[in-house]
Amino acid sequence: MLFSMFITFFKIGAFTFGGGYAMIPIIQEELVDKKKWIDDDEFMDAIAVAQGSPGPVAVNTSIYVGYKIKGLPGAISATLGTVLPSLLIILAIAMFFYQYRENAIIDKVFLGIRPAVVALILSAVYKMMKKSKFGYKRLLISLGTVLIIVFFSISPIYLIIAAGIGGIVYNKVKVKE
Amino acid sequence: MEKLIKLFISFFKIGAFSFGGGYAMLPLIEEEIIKVRGWLTTTEFIDIVAISEMTPGPIAINSATFLGYKVAGVLGSIVATVAVVLPSFIVMSILYHFIVKFKNTPYLEWVFTGIRPVVLGLIAAAAVSVAKSAFIDIKSVIIAGLLFYLVSFKNFNAILGIVLAGLLGVLLY
Repeated sequence: MLFSMFITFFKIGAFTFGGGYAMIPIIQEELVDKKKWIDDDEFMDAIAVAQGSPGPVAVNTSIYVGYKIKGLPGAISATLGTVLPSLLIILAIAMFFYQYRENAIIDKVFLGIRPAVVALILSAVYKMMKKSKFGYKRLLISLGTVLIIVFFSISPIYLIIAAGIGGIVYNKVKVKE
Repeated sequence: MEKLIKLFISFFKIGAFSFGGGYAMLPLIEEEIIKVRGWLTTTEFIDIVAISEMTPGPIAINSATFLGYKVAGVLGSIVATVAVVLPSFIVMSILYHFIVKFKNTPYLEWVFTGIRPVVLGLIAAAAVSVAKSAFIDIKSVIIAGLLFYLVSFKNFNAILGIVLAGLLGVLLY
């Protein structure tokens, strides 16, 4: 189990171009859809906690999911798996390929990959939306979040805190009624 | 040895104080490594950021590995990478245990019920911000449209999708 976790997270680390959120569709596909180690709600909770903590979101998400699947050993193998591809690839580049950093073919590959990252992230959103069965109220909150993040430079942490407090207040009122 | 300890302390600090992931880390790295320690020039730093963007994995990890190597070789890269991940590991461990402990109280479930739609929005917003630099012409929009269709409706594997997109990039540009 631990080894299979390590391999899965290694794959995740090796194929996420473009940083943090690009990792989300791959984690979703590997851990939620294929291996079913966690469900969609747990995955969203992991992202929320990861986003609210210091450090890279992708690494934080892996650590949290690792704990969820198999406690401390799980968290350690998830972290190693996520970080190792970066370490190996960057070391290879730093040691041998630094002089080839301007290469026409590599530039073209990235012109193709960058829009694909957008598509993958959006399809992760689409899949989560479909499975979460959010009503129109909660979808409006999602839409509002997108607009606030895109048009105002407010830190996501404040939105997460506000939403957490909102969740308590809303449910408290509902329980009283 | 002294250099390795300094490297460890610097990257531990960078890992501990950067909220909001990768790019939020860059100004901190600039401050610590260029201004305070004087280990790199600004041009080298820009190169490193570009390479980190082009290689898989979180940008924070990539730049820590690269900088560690530049400052103190292979050992330096390992020290910097471990140091930048360690704060995440500690904080997430504490949070995870805290969450498990309060799992059976309704409050925690309420908190997450409130947060989930926001998380969905945050992820969608990340797509918008990548799109700003990724959509440079009609071809890139077509690549994105095709990939979205394949992955969302045809169960196409995301990793294969990235490989396919790289090939399309070479063919189309």
